[in-house]
Amino acid sequence: MLEIKNLHATVDGKDILRGIDLTIKAGEIHAIMGPNGSGKSTLSYVLAGRDGYNVTQGDILFNGQSLLNLEPEERAREGIFLAFQYPVEIPGVANATFLRSAVNAVRKHRGLADMDAMTFLKTAKAKMKQLQMDEKFLQRAVNQGFSGGEKKRNEVFQMAMLEPALAILDETDSGLDIDALKIVAEGVNALRSPERSAMVITHYQRLLDYIVPDVVHVLSKGRIIKTGGKELALELEAKGYADIVADAA
Amino acid sequence: MAANAQTIETVEGLAGEYKYGFVTDIESELLPKGLSEDTVRFISAKKGEPQWMLDWRLRAYKAWLRMAKEKGEPGWAKVSYPEIDFQDIHYYSAPKKKTLKSLDEVDPELLATYEKLGIPLKEREILAGVAVDAVFDSVSVATTFKGKLKDLGIIFCSMSEAVREHPELVQKYLGSVVPVTDNFYATLNSAVFSDGSFVYVPPGVRCPMELSTYFRINEAKTGQFERTLIVVDKGAYVSYLEGCTAPMRDENQLHAAVVELVAMEDAEIRYATVQNWYPGDKNGKGGIYNFVTKRGACRGARSKISWTQVETGSAITWKYPSVILQGDDSVGEFYSVAVANNAQQADTGTKMIHMGKNSKSTIISKGISAGKAQNTYRGLVRVMPGAAGARNYSQCDSLLIGDRCGGHTVPYIEVKNRSAKVEHEATTSRISDDQLFYCRQRGLSEEDAVSTIVNGFCKEVLQKLPMEFAVEAQKLLGVSLEGSVG
Repeated sequence: MLEIKNLHATVDGKDILRGIDLTIKAGEIHAIMGPNGSGKSTLSYVLAGRDGYNVTQGDILFNGQSLLNLEPEERAREGIFLAFQYPVEIPGVANATFLRSAVNAVRKHRGLADMDAMTFLKTAKAKMKQLQMDEKFLQRAVNQGFSGGEKKRNEVFQMAMLEPALAILDETDSGLDIDALKIVAEGVNALRSPERSAMVITHYQRLLDYIVPDVVHVLSKGRIIKTGGKELALELEAKGYADIVADAA
Repeated sequence: MAANAQTIETVEGLAGEYKYGFVTDIESELLPKGLSEDTVRFISAKKGEPQWMLDWRLRAYKAWLRMAKEKGEPGWAKVSYPEIDFQDIHYYSAPKKKTLKSLDEVDPELLATYEKLGIPLKEREILAGVAVDAVFDSVSVATTFKGKLKDLGIIFCSMSEAVREHPELVQKYLGSVVPVTDNFYATLNSAVFSDGSFVYVPPGVRCPMELSTYFRINEAKTGQFERTLIVVDKGAYVSYLEGCTAPMRDENQLHAAVVELVAMEDAEIRYATVQNWYPGDKNGKGGIYNFVTKRGACRGARSKISWTQVETGSAITWKYPSVILQGDDSVGEFYSVAVANNAQQADTGTKMIHMGKNSKSTIISKGISAGKAQNTYRGLVRVMPGAAGARNYSQCDSLLIGDRCGGHTVPYIEVKNRSAKVEHEATTSRISDDQLFYCRQRGLSEEDAVSTIVNGFCKEVLQKLPMEFAVEAQKLLGVSLEGSVG
């Protein structure tokens, strides 16, 4: 599904990603772990096509097609979803309005008719129930005045509505208490299917107790320095990054 | 920063053409260019006006000549444009067919134009519940729903007709809110006003439908001088909608309208405008000069006047819909969205003059600037000595798109009564790259992202508009900002 080949990227002229190779097959969940400043968030932005994140070498193939020339919205419509580490507030725009525009933009791209308001509401309410979110969130402005945990839950709610082929979760666990973490993880797990994949970026092994990854990668200084199974996360938790980074060096 | 600049360029590349830029080919009866006493007499004669109306116009004309000689055009607004040659303007034009008994007699081409603009002039009106007094250039060509309104005692007709049929009302109220010598453009309007709408709602009557007028400038180099007067008697209510689009033109066109509202005891007037005159091209060539005087008087106790405006068009907008709060416990409201894109200049705001005890006013202004446009909010809140317990709340928010535009807030606050409370809040913000990226990551195009963010910014004002207008206004905001944004 996703093939990252020798990916180099710069931000403001600085090399952040220095040759990443990574393949995620359909149905797999990969965890990306690593110390601060290792390039985890940059990787997520590069995948999503954010302006200012420049690919200088290598390629990203999504279902065999290179993403490099696609705009962020085109990548989104192709099925790439990024759950933001810091979800953005959009004052005055109701969550429901925003999300319905998003759902219909994606549906249009897939040649489907617009989802009518009734169906949208019904679907949204069902998904919110799963995530134990109050229906009032639909009428509140996007992320405005939301607590940290509410914002993260809202990201997962959007993801559930958009049903992406590849979900990238950028530190979705940060700022969540353990109960919220479980609910969010359940939301992600509910989307698991042989056709869907996910890339879970996290500092802590804790999240991976609930979203069990098939593969764990350790990122350091813009390179993947170690890859293993889910037990690698436990090892990291026990030893800390320093040892692994030192081993790899 | 680099990303921001790139975004702006990308979006500028998408610059949309003005959607309503077409010209209808209808033979017009055109008065040669120029302004003199004869022009005023010609217009008055053409309309078959009584002597008192002609005298009124001539008085205005003389006052205007004095103003032009002494001070010239007002120069205090934050707008700049070459001096206007008032002798280089046509002051009268009218579609040739004039006496129409039904829509069948209306020039088919004119109907087609309305069709393109989406103006419901046929049975659709009944479904939409809108009665339209359509002003095409200077003469009202079709007025609908008169019968139904007549049963309720409501008068809704063109100003020309009102002068002929209801002289006692016109004489009593015309110029009573905006005096003949009020300001340069209002005085000019008083001398040469072409046509407009007249509304009278008798005591205790609640007008059951939204009254609406569409204005449209069509003839090249024709100044438009609309004159509208709305009088709502004791305990009565009316909601009035005004919307406009103009065809694409290369030369600047002057538009100097005057709107007067009078609300008696316990009366309420809601006046909503969507203004979409041709703004000129990207470099500021062409476009309408929109120098408008709009003012309402809350004459009676507990009366209420509410202005809502969405201003997206015109090369220059100079407009301050105001309320004089004479009655005790009277209420004035001003809700405004002003968009200035490319080379547009907007200097708009309101005046709230508190005279009555416990009078209240609310001002919500949302200014959006893009391209290299300049957008100024200019507002006066004046509390007179007798206005004990007066209250005002003002909120002025500016949204900047890109880094070459300007948003300015110029509040004037004069309080002469100790018991008054006046609040003013102002913010300036920018559409951030974060917001744009967030929207695009969810699948929205850059244009839709901008439109979504801007509509959110303006929500408090848009929700004050009647339903059908709100939808139109939302679309208009998107269209107006197409290709200007980043």
